Amino acid sequence: MEKLLSAQERLLKSKRSRLGGEFRGKFFVILCAVIMISAAIAITIFLGTKGLQSFTKNGVSILEFLTSTKWNPTDKANPAYGVLPFIFGSFAVTFLAALIAAPLGIGGAIFMTEIAPSWGRKVLQPIVELLVGIPSVVYGFIGLTVLVPFIRENVGGLGFSLLSGMIVLAIMILPTITTIATDAMSSLPNHLREGSYALGATRWQTIRKVLVPAALPSLLTAIILGMARAFGEALAVQMVIGNVRDLPNSILDASATLTTIITLNMGHTTYGSVENNTLWSMGLILLIMSFAFILLIRYLSSRRKLR
Amino acid sequence: MKSLKKISMLALLAALMVITAACGGGADKKDNAASKSGDTQELSGSLVVSGSSAMQPLVAAAAEEFMAENPKVDIQVNAGGSGTGLSQVSEGSVQIGNSDVFAEEKEGIPADQLVDHKVAVVGITAAVNPKVGIKDIKKEDLIKVFTGKITNWKELGGKDQKIVLVNRPDSSGTRAVFNKFALDGATPAEGITEDSSNTVKKIINETEGAVGYLAFSYFTDDSVTPLAIDGVEATEENVQSGKFPVWAYEHSYTKGEADGLAKAFLDYMMSDDIQNTLLKDQGYLPVTKMKVERDAEGNQKDIK
Repeated sequence: MEKLLSAQERLLKSKRSRLGGEFRGKFFVILCAVIMISAAIAITIFLGTKGLQSFTKNGVSILEFLTSTKWNPTDKANPAYGVLPFIFGSFAVTFLAALIAAPLGIGGAIFMTEIAPSWGRKVLQPIVELLVGIPSVVYGFIGLTVLVPFIRENVGGLGFSLLSGMIVLAIMILPTITTIATDAMSSLPNHLREGSYALGATRWQTIRKVLVPAALPSLLTAIILGMARAFGEALAVQMVIGNVRDLPNSILDASATLTTIITLNMGHTTYGSVENNTLWSMGLILLIMSFAFILLIRYLSSRRKLR
Repeated sequence: MKSLKKISMLALLAALMVITAACGGGADKKDNAASKSGDTQELSGSLVVSGSSAMQPLVAAAAEEFMAENPKVDIQVNAGGSGTGLSQVSEGSVQIGNSDVFAEEKEGIPADQLVDHKVAVVGITAAVNPKVGIKDIKKEDLIKVFTGKITNWKELGGKDQKIVLVNRPDSSGTRAVFNKFALDGATPAEGITEDSSNTVKKIINETEGAVGYLAFSYFTDDSVTPLAIDGVEATEENVQSGKFPVWAYEHSYTKGEADGLAKAFLDYMMSDDIQNTLLKDQGYLPVTKMKVERDAEGNQKDIK
């Protein structure tokens, strides 16, 4: 029967079925977007209300929460809810880790794109991808059994320290930084290189004076994405940092971060108690920080477009 | 087109599954097959237990044996911490909530609605690195060590080593028990904080001058040295007779009186079979052999 259809009907039919397909495809994609958006909004609202409860319901002062260095939620007579040491710890390990990982990652990226584009990439890329695949608990376990005793015996202190935390985190965020930095460097237009060579610049001068400045916003984005990951990492850090509630005096002192305090205390506290609510407030701080990181990345990428 | 249809169906299915899993959780796990009738009838249904991660291996082992005897029964034992267990049992999402501490000691738990079943006893003592050279400590000295007033072991007749404290998280049950009965309520000074007993043991073993506290079940080898307190050794007999002060119950809470499967399982936990064999294997002390008892305020008295 099909063959007997007139040309007009055939066209109409195919158009109809195409419209059906168009509609289904559109519906499917919109559904995906709606689910993602609503999940993000729901988490934000939930964390917001939960995190603010300790201030609104339990009467913990926000100022004390953010600026006091005393954390003693279980003291019934005189509880103290100061999370400054943990905020400081989080920032300290994050920046220190970025300090190690950024030069390494960007250096690796330059090596892969400029120095040895063929074999360098072939060797380094799989290694970097391998690092991504290792779960964070394994990093923590290796840190606990290898790094901590090594630092205790060779550097000093207890081994559980900011130093251990920063080394473990640096290795963990290295792949993020390297991958994004490599993409940034290789997407630079070739005429930049050629122009620079034409002016008589050496390879190193080209990299240092032309390519790196041109890719700088993307490189900074790479570093910030790495830092965002470091800021939120809990498990591996918890195993090596020592989880001490005081402000560290040196890089060899044990410390604690927001995430490690949450994971350590989460299971022991009861829902709705002040202690549990203050843990939610710490979660809210983490969320706000990740928003800040995203805003920073947005700002940097808008700068890149202006160029 | 067809593949698109399939993909969208799959996506819808996946979304549905996520939603049902999120909403359903626990609710449909309530003993769906009541088993309240006489003992002769075969038990069936399912039971969800959650709470203290320290108790999880014990309860899971008991549940396995219970399920072997009653093949139609399905018991799930989740860990997650005492706080989680107490919260979940009081809101009714699990039938049994395990806890290392009395429900009365936790904030925000309606303790009057929960019924306590003390299923085991655990003894806790201070543990030191073997090289410290101390095996016995006076309680007042122990308090001074943990509050940071004594900072070197040589002050107590040990080696010239700096004291390194290994603590538990603020809300941990083991920490609460140790602070209350070994330190007489003193707040310990800051030190390395770890949640898992095995990690604590590892740190004490590897770090010179380290001191922490562990349940008796972790003193299986000589990698760490248990301390006697005021000359009383940390042994089962001393806990049972009430001479050694640092011990706690392991609680299984139910909301209201236990009934049906939950009651059958808790009775099974209290049977001589479990109390005298499985508990010992897992390093706990049978609650049935205790010569003293204790209430939520920590008052201890002899059992007549």
